[in-house]
Parts: sequence; structure tokens; C-alpha cells
Amino acid sequence: MTPFVSLTERDEQAMLDAIGVASVEELFRDVPEGVRLGRELALPPALSEQEIVAHLEELAALNVPTGRELSFLGAGIYDHYVPAVVDSVLQRGELLTAYTPYQPELSQGVLQAIFEYQTAICELTGMDVSNASGYDGTTVAADACYVAKHATGRSKVVVTEATNPQVRQVVKTYAPGFALEVVEVPHRGGVTDPEEVAAAAQDAACVLFQHPNFFGCLEPAPELAAAANDAEALAVAHVDPLSLGVLEAPGRYGCALAIGEGQAAGNHQSFGGPHYGFLAAKSEFIRRMPGRIVGETVDAAGERGYVLTLQTREQHIRREKATSNITTNQTLLALGGLVYLSWLGPQGLRELGETCMALAQHAKTRLEEAGLEPTFSGKATFKEFAVRVGRNAGDAIRDARARGVHPGYALGRDYPGLDDALLVAVTEKRTPADIDRLVEVLAR
Amino acid sequence: MKLIYEKSQAGRTGYTLPRHDLPRAEVPEALRRGDPPRLPELAEPELVRHFTELSTRNFGIDTGFYPLGSCTMKYNPRVNERLAALPGFRDLHPLQEEDGAQGALALMWHLQEALIEIAGLHACSLQPAAGSQGELTGLMLMRAYFAERGEDERRRKIVIPDTAHGTNPASVTMAGYELTPVKTDPRGNIDVEDLRARVDEHTAGLMLTNPSTLGLFDEHIEEIAKVFHDVGALMYYDGANLNAVCGISRPGDMGFDIVHINLHKTFSQPHGGGGPGGGPIVVRERLEPYLPAPQVIRDVDDFFLDYDRPKSIGKVRGFTGPFGVFVRSYAFIRMWGPELRCMSEIAVLNANYLLARLRDAYDLPYDRLCMHEFVVSARRLKREHGATALDVAKRLMDYGFHPPTVYFPLVVPEALMIEPTETEPKEILDEFCDAMLAIAREAADSPELLKEAPHDRPVKRLDEVRAAKRAIVRYRFEDHPDVGDGPVEPRQLEAQKGA
Repeated sequence: MTPFVSLTERDEQAMLDAIGVASVEELFRDVPEGVRLGRELALPPALSEQEIVAHLEELAALNVPTGRELSFLGAGIYDHYVPAVVDSVLQRGELLTAYTPYQPELSQGVLQAIFEYQTAICELTGMDVSNASGYDGTTVAADACYVAKHATGRSKVVVTEATNPQVRQVVKTYAPGFALEVVEVPHRGGVTDPEEVAAAAQDAACVLFQHPNFFGCLEPAPELAAAANDAEALAVAHVDPLSLGVLEAPGRYGCALAIGEGQAAGNHQSFGGPHYGFLAAKSEFIRRMPGRIVGETVDAAGERGYVLTLQTREQHIRREKATSNITTNQTLLALGGLVYLSWLGPQGLRELGETCMALAQHAKTRLEEAGLEPTFSGKATFKEFAVRVGRNAGDAIRDARARGVHPGYALGRDYPGLDDALLVAVTEKRTPADIDRLVEVLAR
Repeated sequence: MKLIYEKSQAGRTGYTLPRHDLPRAEVPEALRRGDPPRLPELAEPELVRHFTELSTRNFGIDTGFYPLGSCTMKYNPRVNERLAALPGFRDLHPLQEEDGAQGALALMWHLQEALIEIAGLHACSLQPAAGSQGELTGLMLMRAYFAERGEDERRRKIVIPDTAHGTNPASVTMAGYELTPVKTDPRGNIDVEDLRARVDEHTAGLMLTNPSTLGLFDEHIEEIAKVFHDVGALMYYDGANLNAVCGISRPGDMGFDIVHINLHKTFSQPHGGGGPGGGPIVVRERLEPYLPAPQVIRDVDDFFLDYDRPKSIGKVRGFTGPFGVFVRSYAFIRMWGPELRCMSEIAVLNANYLLARLRDAYDLPYDRLCMHEFVVSARRLKREHGATALDVAKRLMDYGFHPPTVYFPLVVPEALMIEPTETEPKEILDEFCDAMLAIAREAADSPELLKEAPHDRPVKRLDEVRAAKRAIVRYRFEDHPDVGDGPVEPRQLEAQKGA
């Protein structure tokens, strides 16, 4: 049984004859004896389509996805609604099964879609140029630091501690190769103090902060950006795309780059991927951008068309002097983002943001009425907030899950001293009745 | 075709959202959005038509033959799409507790085991998001390994042949290493004499694609491995061309210590017009302690995420990698089972058949049997008729084919790099060869047919120089004032909603 191939015995013989060899084995004569496997691969026996479906349905049933549990889990990946049009467009075979658009005349569909995506990201973030996507919300942070290093000639990057721990970890993993030193600025009661950022930003290539931050709190973002700019460091905002209908665009308050995790806008959770990271910048950084960029041009008849452009930044031309090694990015997921943002439009984006905020605010109030204090009192939040559960948050999660509710993320996993803090995310998929249920299982 | 922004009409909406009777949460004035983003405003029917029209202006493996060398454009099984969309996978949060993610962790563990067997090595991390990130991760492992031995400061050089993918040298720079190039010999192998002169105690390792980007298996691979291992250096295998050798010769058997595998090439993850991909790395035992955290581990029948990895290089991506890609590639591997060897054999048979039929009309830089792909040169067409590799590529579009990779590898002038994969029937291979032969004749008889190609695509040949010079990289609303009514104030939107 050889799945997905068309070869018949007759074809095989005709092809071997044309090549002038007696057997397929002979085609491998350049492979030295000493490096051959010489046995069958030790893999489980082949399965038919029906059997692989049964096998994977069985594995899938061992998981507890959102939907089988009432979930308030966020911390970077969110259970927002993905409209049917998104999945439908992404299953178009012409888009799904294409490679990177190296041949523009056969790829106008994907190229135009990326151009439209770049435009949407620029509009959201207030920037002039966006790449075609990065791997996720963590790697675009490392990319941004690399841009900042080359743009400023400095080798220190400042990251706020209230930035997603995974983002900080990835920046630290990349830092030695980039010859960068990473300095973290602690949070003060859930938000970052601009004066501490100002002090740390001296001689820094960039200041990277998340807004709303990992705790869901709104940062004094314009002041953080100003602190960076005063030290001639680049301000880099890591933002939630769905917050940008209600929160100001980073490009309007002095940021040089805006980055983020795109999953909330149009991608399923999928146990962490594949998703898309976005990276947008002011025009002065265009030639330092990592990744693919699509540009407008004209064809031989003067008609408008789209191509991959500014490729002299890229690895296949510049090799060791490239701005990045990235080739395969997350185009299909970014296309999902474009379809989603087009479905929402400006009005839907704002309404969605307001809905999430109102639901989260309602949850905060109801929990407080039930005797649970906010971890960071008096701080404005977006769709996520931290609450003190009066005991180890891990234990509270375990007990709540036994009652069919996943109440959130235990902040003590990343922040020593916050062991009783639960990070609760409330998307538009949760209802006031769901929130009643959350309060019921968390109240003691 | 119009851009979606040119189809937008102020006040038109496509979304529906649940409404709750809850008090508004106020955004502090200083943080509130001023002008709304100019996202498209369309109702859903026009939205669907827009993206459907875009899809008709694109070419995928579903559309036709796509022999793009080094990209392994094989058929992407439809069942994999159904599997990745199972709610138990699609709607699973990556921070779900381990007891609520046993199916996902089991799938990842079994995929790791399969990749370890295919690579002939000992441990696997699925975390890297794509091949080039796998490369970078592999180089970070080298640094961690040598740092622990106190050799990191001394070993600064990575050897890369001149045929390598551009990602290899770019990754070397990003990892903080220096590049040592090595030449290709007249048979298309690494020039071992040149290599010996360049490898010493300052060498950290080699990055090699085998078979190479010329589609040739390096006949001296054992000797090469000895050169590196004799000086204590490591060998990195770029898995871009793994489709040639599954079940035949494993990178570990060849002497490599670190391998990345492109799940979107060999293991059928659809490439989506530029991603997603998956770039797991598989390593020899002594490199296992440095793999990214967390690692998926098994204890009898239970699966866990191991974060307690003190020697780990850290995280290279969020969570545990692109899980949806793992579902598809795992299903693909399970449907082939041990017969994966046949997959590679057919891929190699298909490539050699194309080569046999094209070798007289095009120049063959290295006269050998090929593996899963091969490179021919259009230099004779260029010299005699002025028709370039690019012209051949564009003319192929008129015959209904996606062109091969062109102008790569750099060591072959006017290169056309052709990879048919195992999923093409003989009739398609024949039609492609007929087209390539016809184009070679056209180059002599009517070269303008090539120069002006493509003829029947939605666009003619595009001016890439102009795109780079003027750099229009987003829609410029201000240049098109006649489109829509421009951005609408939020208050105006409220009024329209009420009306």
C-alpha cells in the first residue's frame, strides 16, 4: 500500500528503461555502503485513512479542549471566536497548497493578500511597514531586538518584567548569538514605572514593553515610549491586536516598532500553534526589517501587481549579511488574520474590545463582591486580570477543574511571590452566566 | 483586481457579536484610540467573493505540477486537514494542565520517536517553527555544548559549502558564529582537499545538505565526517532534502550529530503560500541536555512536559511548537509506516526520469544520476538564443506548470532546479518534459515567446526593480481619495448602528 502515489509497475519499467538502469536500487549507487540503513525503518505498520482517523480521534478525545471545560485560560493564547469564513478561505487549495510566492505571475492571490494584511497591521498599529509575518509573538520580539541593535549600534535591550514570560525567555535565548545583554525592569503593583524605564534605557538599543501587559493591566504606554525616546532607544510595543480598536496605536505615541502575537485575531488555539507573529515599524527601519515584504509594482502592460520586494535584505541574496534567516513564515495564519480583521472591520474591532472589557470588568466586580481581591488593585485592565484566590492558585485551578471550570493561569509559575494569583481571561465567548459559574467555583 | 480596501464602504459591516447588558468599562483618556484603523468594511458575501477571487489568481499543488526544487511540493493529504480540525486538537489551549492534554502530548511523543528513527539519532525537540529556526537552534546547541567544554571561545567557525541554502550562512551570523566557505569539486561533492585545509581546532562544525542542493549525494560523506569528528567538531544536517533518503540512509548513519526536519516538505504539511512550517531538530545523545525546554517525556503510560532542564538553551518559540503541523505530519508518517522508503524511492525515480528526458536539451553541470532533484542549466539557450533560465520559467507558466527554482544553487549559471516529488504520475512528468523540450525549441525558433511570457496569466511579467526602488508596501488611502468616504468617526458609527 503506497498512499498518494500514482506509480504502476508498467510506469516504473518504462521509466527505468528511459533512465537506462535495471532497478530503482541502482539509482542509489552514489550512497556509500557504510552509511546505508540496511534494514526496514522501525515504524509502526502503515494505517489506512479510516484507521488513522480512528486513531487520532481517540487521541483527540484524551484532551480537554475549550468547550469541554468552561475556560478562562489566556496568558497569551485566547479563546476568541473564529468565524466560519476564516476556515473556509484557508481551505482553498490554491492558497493552502502554494509555496512562498517566488513566481509572482502565479501567485498574485497570496501576494495581494499579504499586501492587504500588511496594510491591516499598519492600520492597527499606526506603523508604515509590516512584514508578511513572523513565527509567533515570541520570535518577533527577538527580531525587533535585532533591528534595534543594528539601528542604534547599541547592545543592551530593556524588557519589562510585566512582558509575557515566554517572550522574555525567547529574547534571552537569542541574545547571546546577537551579542545582546538583556536587562529587565520590574513591575510595581502590576504596571511599569516610566522613571525606572528611563534609568534603564540609557545606552539601550530598545525598550520592549507589553501593553496591555501580561497581567492584563494597561501600562502607561506613552510614558514608557517617551522614556525610551529620551534615551534615544527604540520603543517597541508588544500589543494585543484585538485591543487596538479601543487602545491607541503604538505608532501614535512614539513607538518605532509594534509587534505581537496574532492568534487572538483569527487563529484557533491549536495547543500553541501554528499562529502568526506580526512585526511593523516606522518607515525609517524598512531596510532593516526581517522577513518577507510584499510591494506594489506594475507588469509589462502597466497594470498593477504585487511582488516580494526589498529582497536584498534577505538570506537568499545577502546570505551571512542578511537581516534574518527567516524564509518560511506564517502566511496562511496571517491570511486568517486578514480575513478575520476584514470580517470585523473597524466597528466590529472596537465593539469586540469593548465587549471583552465589559465582561472582564463584570467578572472582576463579581469576584470582588464574592470576597476575592484583585492582585493589583486600582489598575485598569483590558480582557484579562489577576485575582487573589486566598491559597495556592494551582490548588484553586485543580479544584475548579474538578467542577468543570478552568479558571485561569497560575501566575506563581513565572512570578515568585504571586503564588495566590490567578490570571483570568474573559473573551467575548464567555457570558455573564459563565462568569457566575466562575465566581461560584472560586468563592470559598 | 481591486484591493479589499477599494471595495470597502463606510458603515458597512460583516460581523455579528453577542451583546450583553453590562456597564461599559472606561479606557483612560490618555490611552484611548483616536482615529479608528481603516480596516475593510464589507458584508460577508463580498468578503467571501474577494478571497475566492484571490484564490483563483494563485497556483498551488492542488492546481498543478509544482517542481520547485528544494521545496518538496508534494500532494497534501486532505484527511490531514480534517484531523487538525478535530475540536480536541484545534480548541486545546497550550497551557491546559498535562492531565487535560494527554492526547496532544502522546501525539507529540510518538512523532518525536518516529523522527528519531528516521534521522537515526537519539532525542528530538519539536519546538522550532521552521527549517531556518531549526538551523539556528542547532547552532545554539553547538555553542552550549562547546561552552560546557570550555571551547566556545576557541571554536568560532562553521563550515558551509558554496551550494548551501542562504539560510545556512544567515543562521551562522545570527548564532554569533563566523562562516568558513568550502568549495564544490568537479563531481558536485564537497572538495575534500579544500575542506581539510579549512577545518581545525577553531572549527565548531559543518552545516550540510545531503543530498546537496545539486540533488547529488556526497560520495565522500564518511571521509567528511571523519575530518570533523577528528578535530572534535560537530556536524549539522539541513533536512531540506530528506525526501531523497528516508529509510535508505539516515543522517545519523552518515555521521551527523544534529538534524532539522522540514515537516512542510518531507512530511506534507501544506505550505500555505509561505508557511506555516515545522522545523523539529533531532540530535545525538550528548546534545540532548541542551535541547529547548520544555521537552515532551513519557513515564509508562503518562506524558509530561519537562521544564527542569538546567543545561537547556532555553525557549526558541512559544509553548511546544506548531502543534497543528505535528498532527498532519504524524498522520502522514503513520499512513506510510515503514514503507517511507518507497516514498523516497519513487521521488528519486521520478527525478531521474525527468533528468533522462531533459539532459540533451539542457546542460547538465554534473553528469551523474540524481537523487530527488537535479539542476540543469539554460546557459546554452542564453548564449545561442538569448533566452535565460527566467525566460524558460515564465514560459512554463503558459504550459500550465509552476516553474522550477531558478538561479539556485549559485554555483551553476542559469540554474533550473527541478524536484518532482513522489506524488506525480508519469503522464504529468511526460507533459512537463514535452513542455521543457518545446521551450528549448522555441528559444531557437521564436525567442520572443519566451521573452514575453507569461501570456495568459492575470498579470504579465512584473517589474521587480521598480517595486524595490519605490517600495509601496501598504495601501495608501491618501492617494485614492475617491475610494469610500474615508475613516468614520466612532460617534457617527454609533448613530448608524442606532438608525
